[in-house]
Order: sequence, then structure tokens, then C-alpha cells
Amino acid sequence: MEVVNLIVDNKPVVVKKGTTILQAASEIGIHIPTLCYMKLDDLNIENKPGGCRICVVEVQGRRNLAPACCTDVAEGMIINTHSIRAINARRTVMELILSDHPSDCLICAKSGNCDLQDMAHNLGIRKIHYQGEQSHYREDTSPAIIREVDKCIMCRRCEMMCNDVQTVNVLSAINRGFNSVVAPAFEMNLDHSVCTYCGQCVAVCPTGALTEVDDTGNVIRLLSDPTKTVIVQTAPAVRAALGEEFDMEAGTLVTGKLVAALRRLGFDYVFDTDFAADLTIMEEGTELLNRLGRHLAGDKTVKLPILTSCCPAWVKFFEHQFPDMKDIPSTARSPQQMFGSIAKTYFADKLGIKREDLVVVSIMPCVAKKYECGRDEFKVNKNPDVDYAITTRELAALIKISNINFRTLPNEEFDNPLGESTGAGVIFGTTGGVIEAAVRTAYELHTKKELPRLDFDELRGMEGIRKATIDFGGIPIHIGIAHGLGNARKLLEEIQAGKSEFHAIEIMSCPGGCIGGGGQPYHHGNAEILKKRQKAIYLEDSKKAIRKSHENPYIIKLYDEFLGKPMSEKAHHLLHTAYFDRTE
Amino acid sequence: MPKIKLSENTINTIKDICAEFENKESELINVLHKTQGKLGYLPAEVQEVVAKELKSSVARVYGVVTFYSYFTMIPKGEFPISICMGTACYVRGAEQVLSEFKRQLKVEVGESTPDGKFSLNCLRCVGACGLAPVVTIGEKVFGRVAPTQVKAIIGEYRQGCAADNVKSA
Repeated sequence: MEVVNLIVDNKPVVVKKGTTILQAASEIGIHIPTLCYMKLDDLNIENKPGGCRICVVEVQGRRNLAPACCTDVAEGMIINTHSIRAINARRTVMELILSDHPSDCLICAKSGNCDLQDMAHNLGIRKIHYQGEQSHYREDTSPAIIREVDKCIMCRRCEMMCNDVQTVNVLSAINRGFNSVVAPAFEMNLDHSVCTYCGQCVAVCPTGALTEVDDTGNVIRLLSDPTKTVIVQTAPAVRAALGEEFDMEAGTLVTGKLVAALRRLGFDYVFDTDFAADLTIMEEGTELLNRLGRHLAGDKTVKLPILTSCCPAWVKFFEHQFPDMKDIPSTARSPQQMFGSIAKTYFADKLGIKREDLVVVSIMPCVAKKYECGRDEFKVNKNPDVDYAITTRELAALIKISNINFRTLPNEEFDNPLGESTGAGVIFGTTGGVIEAAVRTAYELHTKKELPRLDFDELRGMEGIRKATIDFGGIPIHIGIAHGLGNARKLLEEIQAGKSEFHAIEIMSCPGGCIGGGGQPYHHGNAEILKKRQKAIYLEDSKKAIRKSHENPYIIKLYDEFLGKPMSEKAHHLLHTAYFDRTE
Repeated sequence: MPKIKLSENTINTIKDICAEFENKESELINVLHKTQGKLGYLPAEVQEVVAKELKSSVARVYGVVTFYSYFTMIPKGEFPISICMGTACYVRGAEQVLSEFKRQLKVEVGESTPDGKFSLNCLRCVGACGLAPVVTIGEKVFGRVAPTQVKAIIGEYRQGCAADNVKSA
């Protein structure tokens, strides 16, 4: 390994050739401020356009200041990260950025979570010495994401996420100089584009330029309406991240406090999307075995691999980009929608109320869920199965608005019947989890034998694409896993080319799966946070008394009392869906 | 933006140009240059075909089209007028010449007259600084243009007598 010797702030350091000044400094604990730069370790995600110039440092003998994020170290370099020249340049750059940025911090959706605000604070900016033109750009509101481009600082993180990581390719820098902004083609609104609403642009935006549609007001209004019964479901990944909004360590499980908080907010019943995840496994697992059985019996018309269909951004992605393959994914609805559908039939019947008087709110780690619950096929007489989907962040805001001291809440239990879930339902929140849950059930239904083990380590991890073969009583089942739509695209292209070796593939749009969803507390480029959330999810699973979906007593009861059996006509009507070609 | 439907012929023209550059995304600028040369402008529908052929994204193509002032999404007039705003032309009164063109044609920079005859644009230095201020109409270059001559120049083209001159140039 070729090494380079250099000196950073009077400290000698030896690093690998090809290391940037930023990395070299960080290796000896020197933190150079950055703004546009972002790196998610282990996920292969890095943004370093060298655009903002906040990270400039003084290199002895070099005429101009060097951007630390994208300048490689050289032998004998002597670097000063906080010379007066560097500090002045950094502050000037910040003042210039701020001179073209709205100063509505007090009421900005991103206030307190804004990298630009933090940086201005850390650089001690107290006055902006420059006055000039301000950019004005219309606001773009879609079913899930709001673009307030006036607040864009051209860091290009969203562009990198949308194009390089997700390969959705909706966003690009357009125009030139002062007029440049990041926008969809022809400056159309997002809802006219192939945007999947995965929300990864929102997850990485350093300012308030990209945020989710705020539904907290609607939820508060419904909670105070005495004519409505308002119930709530909460997705698995929420309990592994919500604590971060209340200064708890990343990866703290807050399931019990979450339930307590929702009850105090005034929800009439606090249920769990994990229950619906178990239901998803019953339907999707049965569909998998069905297709697999026909395939093994020599039926050439059967489509394999079967792809999971829990992720709304993924669904929209293939509807736009691979419409020729829309009959390959499982027809099972996502857990959110299965929950809504069962709640407004089975549960409304139990309560003896009309579906119009039952309001279903879901707490999701996701912004695409806002779009999903508005899809026409998930409405009956214009009444949606799920009325509002709010993000983990929005829930935290609701809790704060309602004077609930989250940290001191007791642990409470979900209500029944739609609150009981298994460990299999919990792991839906991480990449690899849905397929592991499916394997636990499909294996036992197929072999009629009990699984010798429940932890499938070969399906776990953070690698973008993973493969494993599971022995189903003598039949090797090849499983693929992709998270991040760019990785999904690779597996889809293999299928298109007839080269796919898989029987089943799990796809989640967001890096890390739902734990890394666009609606989660901001990770600010720290991938460790995602890993801690993932760990928490598996911990919750391991603590559950029941860890296989088909053993959930309330699921068994639901089939006995209401649905019949998986894939029955009723189940088909309520729990399955169809996909649409959206290329036109 | 009103949708236009491209003819089969136009689509094939674009496809041929892309093929000439081996459908390489790295040739995007050259493809756009040549396409604009053939079609006169690059409306959204044309950019969509280019993006598809080069396996690029429409957003990226649009990004490039809006970055370079040479590319235009508005159809140029039959006689595209360009006023040089380079330093030499500017100091010798290009701005006054430009305002006279705007006044006579009743259009702003980047627009075309409703009859589609003239479009008005600015450019930076055609390399004929000795003739400043310079105006080009089509391929024809007018040197030492004074605001008082503008009406006559437009008149020539209105009557069509200079049209052949432009086309053959």
C-alpha cells in the first residue's frame, strides 16, 4: 500500500494514497466543516461535487485554498485547516450563500434540523455583509414531497440520490449561474414526473428545500372530531428511530412509549402495522408457494422470481420504468394498505360503525406512503382505506405540540385485535426482513416441519445486493435482496435479460430499507445511525414470544372469522391489488 | 407548454443523428447541436427522443439545453436575428441597435414575431470586431449597423428580396 506523509494543523499523519484532505484530517480527529459533502459509509453513497467551498483549507505553497472534500493528499503537504485566510473564506462563502437564502428560519419546516443553519451557527455568522438579488422560484407540491427551491443551496445531494443511488433520474441541475436550480425536466411539477416519492432527496437535503407534505394539522383536526373513531397503525421502523427525535441514543427501541404517546394523543385504538405485515406474509408467502409449486410441477407460464410489493416507491418505480414486468411482483398490497382495508371492513363491523366514521391514520418511516394511501384503487366510494399517513418526524412534532413528555412515558401495549404481531412482522422494517419473514412461514407451510432455526444471518446485512440459498426440504430456493432502487434496477435488468437465478427477490427503495426511509429522523449523513436502527429491529424480533407470522393467533382468528384462507376470494378482493403501466 | 406531436420523419431524423454519434450519452452536446441545426430548435418532445436514444434522463438533457445559451427551446424565426453583445460591439452601440430591433419587431430577446418571420437573440462576439457593431441574420453578417438602418434591414427581409441571399449563404 502506497502511503503519503503530511501535516495537518501541526500534527503529522500517514494515510493511504488517494485519501482526501478531509479524510486525512478526520483520521487524527480534526473536523473540517462541510456542507455539500455527504458520505454514508458501507452504503457506497458519497456526494462530493466540491461545490459549496465551505471545507476550504490552506495548503502551504499552494496559491489558492483547497476544498478538503475533493482534494487528494500529496507527499509533504502542510495543511492549516483554521488559518485566518481559511476561516475568512469559509465565513465569506457562508455569508454569500445566506445572502440568497430566505431568512424564515423561525417558521421553516427544517429549523433545528438544518445543516445550513447549524453551519452558520458554528461559523459564528452574526451579520450578512452582502446584499444582492434573491432567487424566487415557485413552490411545487406533490402528494408526498414539497419543493421550496428558494431554499436550495445547490449542494446536489438530492440529485446524487435521485440519479446515482436510486436511478430514478428525475432531478437535474438546470439553467446557469445565479439562475441555476435543481428541478425535474422542463421544470414540471414532481407529480408529472416519474418521481417515486421514495423521499431520499428529502432525507439528505441540508436545508428546507425538500420536505414532506405536512399532515399533522389534519390529524389534530380529526382527533378532536367527536363524530369520528380515529385509529392508528404504526410501522415497524418507527419504533427503532422515534427516540432520536427526543435526544435518545440511535437504536433505542421505544415501542412501549410510542404506544403510550399515541394513546395520549387521543387515538381511540392504537394498532400495529406489524399485524398487517404478518397478514402480508400469509398472502405473499402463499402466493410464493403457489407460483413455486406450479413452476416445480413444470408449468412454463408461471412467472418467477416473485418480487415483494410492500414498498410504494418501488411499486411506482417499476410501473414507470419496467411496465413490461408488472405481472412479476406479488399482487399482495403493502402492510399499510392491508391494515386499512381490514380496519374499514372487519374492524368497522366489529365496532358497528360505517367506514366513513372510522379514520385510519398511519405512522410511517416513509413519505411515499402519503402517495400510496391516495391511490384510487385503495378507496371505496372515494373513502380511502388509509386516511392519512404521517412520518416518524411528523409524529414527533405532534407529540411535542401536545405537551407529552416522551422520555418519561410508561411502556404500554398495543390494542387488540389489530395490534398483536410477531417477530416476523417487526423485521419488515429493515432490508432483508420481509424475505426472512416470508421464508419462516413459507418453509413451514411447504415442508410441514418446524424450522430448526429462526435467524437467517445469510439474509441480513447492509450490502446493496445480497444473495442466499435456503433449503426448503430438499429444494434449494434462491433468494435475492436489493435495497436502493439502483440496486433493484440491476436485478430487474437480469430478469429482463432472462438471466435471473432467483425464485424470490425482496426489494426496498431506501438504502437500509424502511429504517432509512425518507420520513425517518434525519441521519445527517451518519450511516452508523441506520446500522443501530437495524440492530434494534432484530433485537425486537428476538424478544418476541411468537416469531412466525402464521402463528399469530389474531391472524389465525381473522382468517377463521372473516377471510377464510389466504388467497381466498375475499382475501383477493381486500388484500391484493393490480399494477399499472405509467409510461404514458 | 403545449404538447406537439413529432412526425415520424422528425423522429427518424433525431434517431439518425443519435446513431451517428453511436447513441453515446457522452456525445449529448454534439447530438443536441446537430439536432438543433436540422430542426431549428429543441422542443421538449425532441429532448425526450434524444434522452431515450442516448439512454440518458430527460432531466439531464434539459439540464444541458438550459445550461448553454446556444440551445433554444423556442422555434427561431424564418430569419433569426442575432445582435452581437461582445465588448467591441457593445461599446460601439450594440445596445441601441438591439433596442431598435425590439421596437421595430415588438418582441423581446429570445422571442419570435407572431408571423414566425423574425426571432431576436443576442450572442457574444462573432469574431468580426472590426465591423462592430455586428448583426447577423441567418448566415448573413451586417457590419457597422446604426440604429437608423434597422428599419431598412428589416424591410428588406419583409419583402423577401433578401431571402434567397440568406438561404444560399
